[in-house]
Amino acid sequence: MVNWGNLISQMFNGLVLGMLLALISSGLTIIYGTLGVLNLAHGAMFMLGGYAGWLAFTYTHSFIAAVVVGSLFVMIVGIVMERVIIRSFYDRPHEDQILVTFGIGIVFVEAVRFAFGSLSKIVPPPEMLNGIVNLGFMFYPKYRLALLVIVAVALLVLYIVLYRTKLGMIVRAGIEDAGMVDALGINVHKVFMLVFGIGAMAAGFAGIVNAPVVAVSPDAGESILVQTFVVVVIGGVGSFPGAILGGLIAGEIISITSMFNPGYAYVMLFAAMTLVLVLRPYGLLGTAGRD
Amino acid sequence: MTFEFDRDGVSRRVLLRAGAGLAGSALVPGMIMPVFAEDKPAMGTWPAGSQGSTVTIGAAVPRTGAYAAQGEDELKGMELAIEHINSGHELIKKIAPKVNNGVLGKKVALVVADSGAKPNNAVQAQQRFINENKIVAMTGSTSSAVAVALNKFAEREKILYLVAISGSNDTTGKDCARYSFRQCFYGETAANAIGPVLLKNFGKDKKAAFMTPDYTYGHTVTKSMSEFLEKNGGWKMVTNQVSPLGTSDFSQYLTNIANSGADFIVNVNWGRDAVLSVQQAKQFGLTPKMKMVIPYQIPFLAKEVGAELTEGVFAATDFWWTLEDKYPLAKLFVQAFSKKYGYMPEWGAENAYMQFAIWARMVTEAGSFYPPDVIKQYEKGETFPSMVGDVHFRPQDHQLVRPVVIVRGKAPKDMKNKEDYWEVLEVVDGAPLMQKPDAFGCKLGPYT
Repeated sequence: MVNWGNLISQMFNGLVLGMLLALISSGLTIIYGTLGVLNLAHGAMFMLGGYAGWLAFTYTHSFIAAVVVGSLFVMIVGIVMERVIIRSFYDRPHEDQILVTFGIGIVFVEAVRFAFGSLSKIVPPPEMLNGIVNLGFMFYPKYRLALLVIVAVALLVLYIVLYRTKLGMIVRAGIEDAGMVDALGINVHKVFMLVFGIGAMAAGFAGIVNAPVVAVSPDAGESILVQTFVVVVIGGVGSFPGAILGGLIAGEIISITSMFNPGYAYVMLFAAMTLVLVLRPYGLLGTAGRD
Repeated sequence: MTFEFDRDGVSRRVLLRAGAGLAGSALVPGMIMPVFAEDKPAMGTWPAGSQGSTVTIGAAVPRTGAYAAQGEDELKGMELAIEHINSGHELIKKIAPKVNNGVLGKKVALVVADSGAKPNNAVQAQQRFINENKIVAMTGSTSSAVAVALNKFAEREKILYLVAISGSNDTTGKDCARYSFRQCFYGETAANAIGPVLLKNFGKDKKAAFMTPDYTYGHTVTKSMSEFLEKNGGWKMVTNQVSPLGTSDFSQYLTNIANSGADFIVNVNWGRDAVLSVQQAKQFGLTPKMKMVIPYQIPFLAKEVGAELTEGVFAATDFWWTLEDKYPLAKLFVQAFSKKYGYMPEWGAENAYMQFAIWARMVTEAGSFYPPDVIKQYEKGETFPSMVGDVHFRPQDHQLVRPVVIVRGKAPKDMKNKEDYWEVLEVVDGAPLMQKPDAFGCKLGPYT
């Protein structure tokens, strides 16, 4: 199937996948960049967003309500998690942080499985986004096209929050030097809590807007978590633009390799990550020396 | 990320006590070990597993992951069968006449673990059941990768293995085992049964895109299907999209198919992978323009994707509940199952039920739990009734010779009730569908 038509189609697929990965990864990367905590429950939060949205959808039959509930619920989960658990882990070694967030992830997944079972749940796209569009080079589901716009808008909002507001300025300063920000009399703890909430919300939002594409299931977050890590490593740990660039690169690598042989998609993705680690250990847009 | 648990803790304790007593007696110097007939030395869990008032069967089914729904389905079939065996239900007595409120005077119990459809987890769970519960037989699998692993494990541990769902040719082919028996249909019989129906309905020289899950089941079913269609109808495989078990986004694969010029999609994906690929094929506008064929039907597929998407889809299967109009045993099963669980059974439950019923028959006919005795009873190849008519085991590869059912998805408007998804087109006689017993390289191992 190696021809121009297919290449363009696959590149388009890669764009949609890449944008989604960019959104989820940006949540992970701003949490890590600001708080220094590697949140291994991020995949589970993506899944939680899908379930919260699905539940809202079953009651209201409104996709908008599903998106709002999905995102807000995960944001609240993130804030509670930061307040109750993560807070006491800021000064502890990375291994402890990894273990505790990994454990929280397992609790989320199994709690959902316990409550709703293992059968996947379907959230249909809104009526007006049902159907297919002829793009000339291929037919494409209308909703996936819309997803491109939805995610782009979400990333833009994140960008504005991070780069055009006072909060964003503090967050970015916190990424550079949390101790200094604290010394300037800014309540870093409050900012940390907000950052964790925003990062979690990005995952939850992605989880619910992605639900009409692949259906939600308790283990949906597992593979996403791995891909997200690759994206963050490629783009540069802690870098928001890096997450977007890394997401797009990962999406394209997966899709274009799939044109030749889908079996090698992940091989190529990890090869690319290895290459980045060898040539630029701090990632494409990362800064050397940040831990 | 799995939860495992045991059912029926009481019988487990009893068994443990029996096992401990036995082990203890062996340790006392001078005390004579229980004497067994010279030709029946202790092996596997025999005789410890069948010395109490209960015998236990260990099930490792997927309760998580892409095949979870089908695993739960199997479990329901097993539970119903055990209930019937222990109560001497009419249906079980038709298949195993000597069952009498249990087998050989013992009640049957089930212990269950989640395999996540992963061979490693399944083997570990069964090892635990052997140690802790002294199981007399094991079952479970909805993935042939698990079935093949348990085949090997059964051979090594000398424990009978009742294959659950497994569609790979290898299960009773190159990876067959003396200690393992398969009830259900598989790649080769599916292809030989549905192939002629496809050629009759659609004619020769078509182009087919295959979707294949990347393990033994997927590869052997795709091979059997593509070879049949090519040899007999001149169909051409224009692309084979191989995806890992547990894929959720099929957009890349479907894009390749969209650009392949295929007329047909032969979708070998299974479980949730099948659900998602069928839905996404529709989202990408591939179906109904391209016709979907499902060589190895998936329990609950139609229920999950909706009848609009399975309308006109041809599939091969083990069992469909409307066969109750044709076979009295099917009627009994459908009645008992739907009464207990509130919906019509699918073939995962039917297969599990039949496997337990057959095991009960073989054990009671052999009059012994001694594994070689039971195996030899299977290998007699006697004919017995099933939910799809008379069947028998083939001694050379331990495959049940049984019909394959060809169905076509009904349009929503033609459905007589909300579970009337498939129309049975043909019940194809099993024997002519099967390869020669050694064609796939089956060599059974030793009895002891």
